[in-house]
Amino acid sequence: MHELFTVVRKEFREGVRSRWLLGIALLLALFALGLGYLGGAVSGRAGILPLDTLIVSLASLAVFLLPLIALLLGYDAIVGEKENGTLLLLLSYPLSRNQLITGKFLGHLLIMALATVVGFGLAGVVLGFSLGRLSDPGLWRIFGLFIFSSMLLGGVFLALAYLISAMVREKSHAAALALAVWFFFVLAWDLALLGALVLTRGSIGDGLFSYLLLLNPNDVFRLASFTLAGAPSLYPGMAPIVHKGGFSLALLMGILIVWLIVPFLLACWRFRKITL
Amino acid sequence: MEPVIELKTITKHYRGVTAVEELSLQVQPGEILGLLGGNGAGKTTTIKLILGLIAPDSGELKVLGQQPGNKTARNLRTQSGYLPESIRYYERLSGREVLDYFARLKHVPALERDRLLEQMGLSHAADRPVVTWSKGMRQRLGLAQAFLGKPRLLLLDEPSSGLDPIATQDLLDRLRAKRREGCTIVVSTHQLAGIEQHVDRVAILRRGQLRVVGPLDVLRRGSGLPYRIRAWGQWQEKGLKSQLSKWGCREFQLDGELLELTTSEKNKLSLIRRLLEQPGLEDLDLEAPGLEMLYRYYNQDPEHPDA
Repeated sequence: MHELFTVVRKEFREGVRSRWLLGIALLLALFALGLGYLGGAVSGRAGILPLDTLIVSLASLAVFLLPLIALLLGYDAIVGEKENGTLLLLLSYPLSRNQLITGKFLGHLLIMALATVVGFGLAGVVLGFSLGRLSDPGLWRIFGLFIFSSMLLGGVFLALAYLISAMVREKSHAAALALAVWFFFVLAWDLALLGALVLTRGSIGDGLFSYLLLLNPNDVFRLASFTLAGAPSLYPGMAPIVHKGGFSLALLMGILIVWLIVPFLLACWRFRKITL
Repeated sequence: MEPVIELKTITKHYRGVTAVEELSLQVQPGEILGLLGGNGAGKTTTIKLILGLIAPDSGELKVLGQQPGNKTARNLRTQSGYLPESIRYYERLSGREVLDYFARLKHVPALERDRLLEQMGLSHAADRPVVTWSKGMRQRLGLAQAFLGKPRLLLLDEPSSGLDPIATQDLLDRLRAKRREGCTIVVSTHQLAGIEQHVDRVAILRRGQLRVVGPLDVLRRGSGLPYRIRAWGQWQEKGLKSQLSKWGCREFQLDGELLELTTSEKNKLSLIRRLLEQPGLEDLDLEAPGLEMLYRYYNQDPEHPDA
């Protein structure tokens, strides 16, 4: 436990020192505030977005930003230490491979989580104040759940980044693969599904279609936010189609957690196989 | 006394290449062993095997009485210190924070951590990020890291790479001090300058095979490499050649007052005695075959000596 905690501590400290924590939190806060105050202008409305619209808008922002940030944060976690020679050194210490990778992952997860809480939380407080609903527990429940699912989304892509990092031999390969993963889940998957839908003239069927969406953590997150906001017509893209799927919020969060754990376990397994 | 390191016919293949072949080697307590060899000779693989970072394909291996790599060999890791060949420490962190990380992993108290920083002459810069440190300072940080927890065994892979001669000397002095504390040290290097006075024995590896191991004077004797004598004085060129060959000199060269002679290990003393009897002699200098010559000699391909 002492070893694990030592690694978490060092990873977190490094994240703070290299301004990752501050950078991510500021970026998220700025984007969230910008959306909150200016988002309405796009649809010709002035003033702050109502909460449901805000959650949906923030979710479409988060699916682009959070995966990218998490992949950038974690892609060199293993291969970077390998290239720097510190991996060899660390494994000569009384420290197991599982302790090392888990400690690093938890440290990075802490940075992602804290940055998300601070960034989105700050924006939430400011917007809540402007809406005059600071004391509304309903708002905090929804916003809190949104922040939690954003943390999970960040965690999912951090786990994917670790898997990439444990698989490749060179840092540059990890970077390329991380971008490919981002592109695949953020852009390609939905386009491919849409394409399939058009080509089959909609005969895929809503049921199958909604299950296909669950294969992409980004879509799971979108569905969760959509369920949170409770306003299907507001949601852009494919989500209304899935409304019939009727997944509960708890189930969607559960799927995100599975999406976080499975790639991480695969990364641990891969890491144990690395020859020094 | 039981050897600290005992390798018995160890073979290790790496991605289809034989990195170490039938390697047998013992290192005694309190000894400094120089592990010499060119690139790809198997030095780093040997160190990784000793640390248990990789497992041998065949052969037996015992370090501090335990089998490295074994799950029960945990205290082996707390009792050994390692300096990898090339390493970049966490550059955003300060030197103290980097050392703190490693100290905690080895359960070393903060007091000892700070004392090591002080001993290595790093206290003044300890709270600055490592990215601002010089190469020599980083190498000393690596050494401080290896010294954590007063290890009984130190494995240093190319510790002097990138260091200037003064810093190298400083490093070697520190190793001597560690040995006086009872530490056993294995130093792998291909930079031979300056290490010969500091090692008790050298082991020369070539393409994964041990060519020779022993104290330098034994290796010298075994090689039959010539000793060189330089004698300054007033020399008569006439009759010099026949006289010198009678005295056991193999070759000579006369350049004004400087007479340069080569002789064998066996004949060197009698040749010096003869020279001392010469009335014209003003000064004398004896040069034993250096580590570099020995290294080159033992590193030759046995089938193609000139390759």
